[in-house]
Amino acid sequence: MSALKWTYEVDGTDFTRAGEASSNVKKKLRALGVPSDVIRKVSIALYEGEINMVIHANGGVIDVEMSPDRIDMTLKDTGKGIPDIDKAMQAGYSTAADEVRSLGFGAGMGLPNMKKNTDEMRIESTVGVGTTVYMTVYI
Amino acid sequence: MTPLEFAEKYNLKVITPGDGSREIKGAYCGDLLSWVMGRAKEDDAFITVMANINTIAVAVLADVACVILCEGAHFDEMSIQRARQQEVCILESEEPSFQVALKVGRELGL
Repeated sequence: MSALKWTYEVDGTDFTRAGEASSNVKKKLRALGVPSDVIRKVSIALYEGEINMVIHANGGVIDVEMSPDRIDMTLKDTGKGIPDIDKAMQAGYSTAADEVRSLGFGAGMGLPNMKKNTDEMRIESTVGVGTTVYMTVYI
Repeated sequence: MTPLEFAEKYNLKVITPGDGSREIKGAYCGDLLSWVMGRAKEDDAFITVMANINTIAVAVLADVACVILCEGAHFDEMSIQRARQQEVCILESEEPSFQVALKVGRELGL
């Protein structure tokens, strides 16, 4: 079986639309008979990623690639970048605006949640250029 | 117990019925959505006062049995429509989260 690939554009202006990519991927994985714990991990990691792209980066592009034994996700934005990745990975550390907090996000749990729900995660970021997050969940 | 049975027994308002197949097997209280998404379990009743469209997205992704909105909070029409599309059950209560959680706990034999 060759890999299946899906690409999504994340609209950075509309908070209410964040989640479209993750719910679409969820639907596809379910139709393909992927185990529900894998689907849950992938959906949560992707949704947190989408929210991050909307909050911090004016959107971006998500690529999802499914192979027989793994799901690879690449989330690429051209936002302001992360100056200190270790700090950003700390649970509770947040640079989100109060407006975002009033919607229930911005608690500094996004990146930690993504790490927790994936088997591999790597962040490449350059301040002023953008951020790419690579995540893998094994099936 | 299903969310609709719970609503009937404790007099909660049913905003959307969901797909009718879910059973409440646990509960999670929280308003910080990232926190909820990381920790709520499948088939939990998600008890919250956070009423916006992202609440529905989190309910779908965490695959909870229902959302119970407390303290008289309400969803806007767009969120309700999304919940209908995604077959998420929404219940509303005038009571605080703690009181609702106690009732869910009672039904779960906790």
